[in-house]
Amino acid sequence: MIISGKAYVLGDNVDTDQIIPAEYLMYDPSRADERRLFGRFALSGVPAEQAGLPDGKVVFVDQGDEENSRSEFGVIIAGKNFGCGSSREHAPLALAEAGVKAVVAESYARIFFRNAVNGGYVLPLESPRRLCEMIRTGQEVEINMAGPSLKVADSQKGTIELRGLGDVSAIIEAGGLFAYAEQIGMIR
Amino acid sequence: MGMTITEKILAEHSGREQVRPGEIVWVGVDVLMTHDVCGPASIGIFHERFGAEAKVFDAGKVVVIGDHYIHTKDEKCLRNVDVLRDFVKEQGIRYFYEPGTESYRGVCHVALPQEGHTRPGEILLGTDSHTCTHGAFGELATGIGNTEAAFVMGTGKLWLRVPETMRFVFDGQLDERVMAKDMILTVIGDIGVDGANYRSMEFTGATVKDCSMEERMTLCNMAVEAGGKNGIIAADEKVEQYLAKHDKSGKKYTLLGNDRDAKFASVHEYDAKEIEPMVARPHSPANRATARSLKGVSIERVYIGSCTGGKTTDMAAAASLLVGRSVKAETFVVPATVQVDNDLDEQKIDGQSLREIFERAGAKIGRPSCAACLGGPADTFGRVNEPLRCVSTTNRNFPGRMGHKGAEIFLASPMTAAASAIRGEITDPREI
Repeated sequence: MIISGKAYVLGDNVDTDQIIPAEYLMYDPSRADERRLFGRFALSGVPAEQAGLPDGKVVFVDQGDEENSRSEFGVIIAGKNFGCGSSREHAPLALAEAGVKAVVAESYARIFFRNAVNGGYVLPLESPRRLCEMIRTGQEVEINMAGPSLKVADSQKGTIELRGLGDVSAIIEAGGLFAYAEQIGMIR
Repeated sequence: MGMTITEKILAEHSGREQVRPGEIVWVGVDVLMTHDVCGPASIGIFHERFGAEAKVFDAGKVVVIGDHYIHTKDEKCLRNVDVLRDFVKEQGIRYFYEPGTESYRGVCHVALPQEGHTRPGEILLGTDSHTCTHGAFGELATGIGNTEAAFVMGTGKLWLRVPETMRFVFDGQLDERVMAKDMILTVIGDIGVDGANYRSMEFTGATVKDCSMEERMTLCNMAVEAGGKNGIIAADEKVEQYLAKHDKSGKKYTLLGNDRDAKFASVHEYDAKEIEPMVARPHSPANRATARSLKGVSIERVYIGSCTGGKTTDMAAAASLLVGRSVKAETFVVPATVQVDNDLDEQKIDGQSLREIFERAGAKIGRPSCAACLGGPADTFGRVNEPLRCVSTTNRNFPGRMGHKGAEIFLASPMTAAASAIRGEITDPREI
């Protein structure tokens, strides 16, 4: 599987309040009309100077059109401990609603990682290299899940190896916790 | 090979003799807790996946509690409490702590122990990252997401990875103006906000043994701020005494300790005498400094509340400095639970109730709930709506956590918060 998209680059310790601020948690993702709002406000809590590195001040979801809940960026590149803070599943859900397919970070906070995997929202990939200082917001990137590895379009960087998904790959391949539990016959 | 407390609980709940760090096991869950912020989505997924007629795995093991967005006029927030109420009725759920009624209790992590839902050796999962608080009672407690909660509602089970355990040993006596909050801010400053990622944090040693249950809860509460899966303290006679008062279930429980040959990822030793009043500067719980080094930093607001710093002992500690004094910084006090709120009238210092002390000092007292710890709807009591500087007894100070992205939140103990309120600047409580 190949995932490609424009990169949106963030730094270290991007917490769940930055991914989706608590003031939007009264919306219920079980309701379609409210679920799309999580996409609309995804990453709206990131301080302007860190929003879309290296320069910052890059809008993630255009707020001009009130109906818009999609971002032009399909891949998040981040530093260490992405998704730290609260247990809100609204965080990976918000990224998915905005159209994000994968996050590539140096490491994840465990609840965000579990939510991304078990809810089947976005692929939480890990890079041994500090990509947030190698890739610029707006660059086209391509992730090859066989490997997995990442390539930056129009650059001399070559192919960057990413870490394998390890023990949770079966859950990710199934599409999340429920699909996996069905596969292994735990639930019907 | 020997096992740690956390490993023993995971082995017991997955039907194994032995588990080792890194293994993934399916465990049976003793208590599942959900609240008004994550409950509606969990309930939505439960019905979507298990069907409209589906029943929860055990109506006596699911605890539903409204506590986050309670005292607000926001219609969506009120609607979410309706969703909880309908689900509780439909499922016959035994334990529902409902806002606006006699059964309302307040912040889940303080209310659940008070209502007897925390027992040593059990597994408690909650749709809230601070579920790790309950590790103070010698149980494995950790935060989960909505999909996971829906899965537990239907099956009573969930996969967990067996974490390695990091051991934090405190010996010696704390200064009387130094609190558990200072201990945990010291630890997080040392290891960083991801220093315990995927790991269990065990707190032990004579100092921890001397801590009250509430202070032990503060230690475990902030394990997640270092990335920890759980915080845990071996249960002892203090836990037994607490349970004798609060646990009406009659369920048997076991007091577990580490095996002598248990393996730890690391051991960190602290001399309690050397721990000083600490502050975590903006915008990270690991951005540690001593309170005295920040002397002279002016503040506009003080917030005393939350599962971390809104318990009865926290209130008493703050009041012990505020008695006979008044605040220079605007001060908001939010008792975590109804019980804590009652204790404000019951507990006295120099003949004055804690409530009288706060009121005479010029502090504003709100109603029990999570309130401004996580910002919340615009009309939340104490919410930081402007880019001001605030000393807070809460747990997180990432950008925007208490409301405004430009606000500067300094995390501190209730004593440091009270001392800072009195001076209108960050103040080491030993100076008062």
